[in-house]
Amino acid sequence: MKLTLKIWRQKNAQDKGHFETYEVDAHEDMSFLEMLDVLNERLIRQKKDPIAFDYDCREGICGACSMVINGKPHGPLPGTTTCQLHMRHFKDGDTIWVEPFRAAAFPVIKDLMVDRSAFERIMQAGGYISVNTGSAPEANSIPVPKPIADKAFDAAACIGCGACVAACPNGAAMLFVAAKISHLGLLPHGQPERYIRARKMVERMYLEGFGNCTNIGACEAECPKEISLEHIARMNRWFAKASLIETEEA
Amino acid sequence: MKIEWIEGRTLDGKVPPGPLHQKWQYFKDHQKLVAPNNKRKLEIIVVGTGLAGGSAAAALGELGYQVKCFTFHDSPRRAHSIAAQGGINAAKNYQNDGDTIFRLFYDTIKGGDYRSREANVYRLAEISLQIIDHCVAIGVPFAREYGGYLANRSFGGVQVQRTFYAKGQTGQQLLLGVYQSLNRQIARGTVTMYNRHELVDIVIIDGQARGIIVRNLLTGQLERHGAHAVVLATGGYGNIYYLSTNAMGSNVSAAWKAVRRGALMANPCFVQIHPTCIPESGEYQSKLTLMSESLRNDGRVWVPKKMDDVLAIRNKQKNPRDIPPEDRDYFLERMYPAFGNLVPRDVAARAIKKVCDEGRGVNATSRAVFLDFEDAIIRYGKSEASLRGITNPDPHTIRQLGKEVIKAKYGNLFQMYEKITGVNPYEQPMTIYPAVHYTMGGLWVDYELQTNIPGLFALGECNFSDHGANRLGASALMQGLADGFFIIPYTISHYLADKIRLPKTDTNHPAFDEAEERARQRFEKLLSIQGDQPVEYFHRQLGKIMWNYAGISRTAESLLQAAENIRTLREEFWKNVFIPGKIDELNPELDKANRVADFLELGELIAIDAYHRNESCGGHFREEYQTPDGEPLRNDDQYAYVAAWEWTDTSKPPILHKEPLVFENVKPSTRSYK
Ligand SMILES: Cc1cc2nc3c(=O)[nH]c(=O)nc-3n(C[C@H](O)[C@H](O)[C@H](O)COP(=O)(O)OP(=O)(O)OC[C@H]3O[C@@H](n4cnc5c(N)ncnc54)[C@H](O)[C@@H]3O)c2cc1C
Ligand code: SF4
Ligand code: FES
Repeated sequence: MKLTLKIWRQKNAQDKGHFETYEVDAHEDMSFLEMLDVLNERLIRQKKDPIAFDYDCREGICGACSMVINGKPHGPLPGTTTCQLHMRHFKDGDTIWVEPFRAAAFPVIKDLMVDRSAFERIMQAGGYISVNTGSAPEANSIPVPKPIADKAFDAAACIGCGACVAACPNGAAMLFVAAKISHLGLLPHGQPERYIRARKMVERMYLEGFGNCTNIGACEAECPKEISLEHIARMNRWFAKASLIETEEA
Repeated sequence: MKIEWIEGRTLDGKVPPGPLHQKWQYFKDHQKLVAPNNKRKLEIIVVGTGLAGGSAAAALGELGYQVKCFTFHDSPRRAHSIAAQGGINAAKNYQNDGDTIFRLFYDTIKGGDYRSREANVYRLAEISLQIIDHCVAIGVPFAREYGGYLANRSFGGVQVQRTFYAKGQTGQQLLLGVYQSLNRQIARGTVTMYNRHELVDIVIIDGQARGIIVRNLLTGQLERHGAHAVVLATGGYGNIYYLSTNAMGSNVSAAWKAVRRGALMANPCFVQIHPTCIPESGEYQSKLTLMSESLRNDGRVWVPKKMDDVLAIRNKQKNPRDIPPEDRDYFLERMYPAFGNLVPRDVAARAIKKVCDEGRGVNATSRAVFLDFEDAIIRYGKSEASLRGITNPDPHTIRQLGKEVIKAKYGNLFQMYEKITGVNPYEQPMTIYPAVHYTMGGLWVDYELQTNIPGLFALGECNFSDHGANRLGASALMQGLADGFFIIPYTISHYLADKIRLPKTDTNHPAFDEAEERARQRFEKLLSIQGDQPVEYFHRQLGKIMWNYAGISRTAESLLQAAENIRTLREEFWKNVFIPGKIDELNPELDKANRVADFLELGELIAIDAYHRNESCGGHFREEYQTPDGEPLRNDDQYAYVAAWEWTDTSKPPILHKEPLVFENVKPSTRSYK
């Protein structure tokens, strides 16, 4: 199939950036990234600068790939990362617009590659259970009700891609942050730090320049792992509780 | 054209004395310790943040060492470990089905076809218990029963249920647990994290590993980092085959730099090929996706008997559904009537390649066979109908009910298959083909996980230590976490106890100048070639050579051919590669070239190792060495050793050092599937 690609090219964070047009001949069984590989190989053979983009697993699990395709983070298919999107979902003659994930907290590094290190700093602020190697009790000594374990798992399935941020008109990172707070706070092992974790991570999130949540729900709709908005509600409750506990202790 | 090597020395694995089950205890009872105030003065470099490196950095940080941790990814959470699907083994015996530490040890040694070190494997089985305890404590949401206790399932061939899992995303959940522990140490300041930094050389001072040179992938700047010890946990080298189930970035360069500085590469020819992966769909293919082994419980593998049918299917003139049973060749069932479709990974892979080599592959590239669930759907449908008390169900109802059963068992895999291929596997048979999956070979390490270079340690898939010639399912995750959380904290203390008076490494030392200069020259050289072919071309060519001549089965002749072709390709690479861009900027093509250049050397060593090992064992199948009915023929009299290759100068033949494998607790026997 013949396609016209309008791809965002930007030399570095300072550069203003622009769309460039490429004609490609794609095969319907190619993944979207393989289609870009083929284009890149052609550019290299023409001694031109290939398009920079992040990827690694190409199985929808590492969270590296990150593009906005025709206005949607990870493209048109629900529950699908860019690397798992295949060209059979496009038609011969289509024009496809490809942009980086755009958000104030995700500066562009080059072309379609962005800097998501703000996510790292939020995780470092409290996204863990404080237990040293060697001090764990026997694994079955604390039973975890299956529904709780399953819910924690659903939240833990977040791949840290940032599509939720790119989808949000406010550039909020609520879904990503809530997923981790929910995952750890639901499990009995994560209880002792449940509220303090919520407070530290949320505060760090604002410090990193992510926007406010106004309940639009675009994050959930674009999340390739279909993480539920219910986690945001839970995070908000725990965050409120954290402030309450601190007032009481003061 | 010939393959040459030089005989070297006998290696000592430094296995502690005493009976098998007391060796690790003996080591811990007698090891040297470092006091907390001294730990703060000691620096350790950890390269890699997969299960092995991430857990090592976290555990060492918890102890109070000053850790610097490096990954080429933009986040530690993206290491290839994230993609592991099936599960992790532990001899917890929660199922009361007779599992013991000894049994896990025995299964692993036997599965490895008696080419691994007994003491290491036993320690791994012992530690498996602590791993599960710790992972639950750090927040890994393993699957649970309704009572709230941990669930298990069984895996590849073993007779007990000892595999812990989190849906089909066990690797993801374990890695996120490790990542969380690592983040806690980063927050505490014990670990300094360097993302998007790639190791490009190792610095050795007075015979000890004292630092590394890294390339900041965003700026292209070379940086120097010193330490009292260096830990490599940089993963496996399966991507030398170009197409594999590994993540695209997985590479051998860190381990290979160690080899160039004098470390030994052990058993590089032991590569695991997984029979059931989604086949290539064209030249543009960038990687392959695994379809879990469990599918062979219900799927039947076949190709058409008649070439006419093969061609008609390839041209889409015929639907495989319309080929009558008598015209289908269920070749695994035909060749291995006792085990049928459930023969072990290596046997299935070889059989599939064989029918495709005969020209009977069923897709456009001729490299695919069917994995068909139709019979299972009907079988399950009938039994489900009878369970529900439906008498005389019509064929449509049967199929519907059968599909529901299959969906409950394999739903996520079927969905992934459909996403990639666009074919609905409930209606059409899956097509599958073997692919490179895991590398048992790796850096040689002793019992303490130390390479032959003092102060240089290797963990996880990048060492060779626990899986012999073939790895059992669900044991790589176990090994990575054992190495990182529970072994290196002890053994590295034992090493560092003598180093407390050693000052911090001076990164102005001439050894750093030299290593940095060497790295700079290499990148400049790569960029200066300005030839005609992109890096991808060479990698793809190398993959073809490796697959065709050093893949599922090998012969002395094919390996000679491999070595020759690789040398030629390597020369061509250094004359004709084209890399765009500059040295001092983000330049993914340059990084890729640096990695492929190392693969072009490792490939030759794989061929040499496979050529020298005149036997078949595990993933290494030499056609000359098979029983009359096609089973691999091991040669314990001559090859019960680890082949550890020294190769600092690739213009000279490598040196073969040997660590004899002594079996005191198990008796090597023939693996039999009949
Ligand atoms: C599809 C698939 C499914 C699997 N399923 C299972 C399973 O169910 N059970 C099981 O037990 N095993 C499974 N395995 C195997 C298992 O996943 C791996 O063996 C294991 O995760 C390897 O972990 P590691 O920590 O050694 O290395 P990796 O996870 O590969 O990590 C390597 C790290 O090193 C870094 N690195 C590498 N080179 C450099 C460099 N030069 N400079 C800086 N950093 C560098 C990388 O950035 C990364 O952080 C599976 C493998 C695959 C491919
Ligand atoms: S919540 Fe969803 S969209 Fe956001 S980072 Fe996680 S997986 Fe990506
Ligand atoms: S490349 Fe890993 S999720 Fe897309």
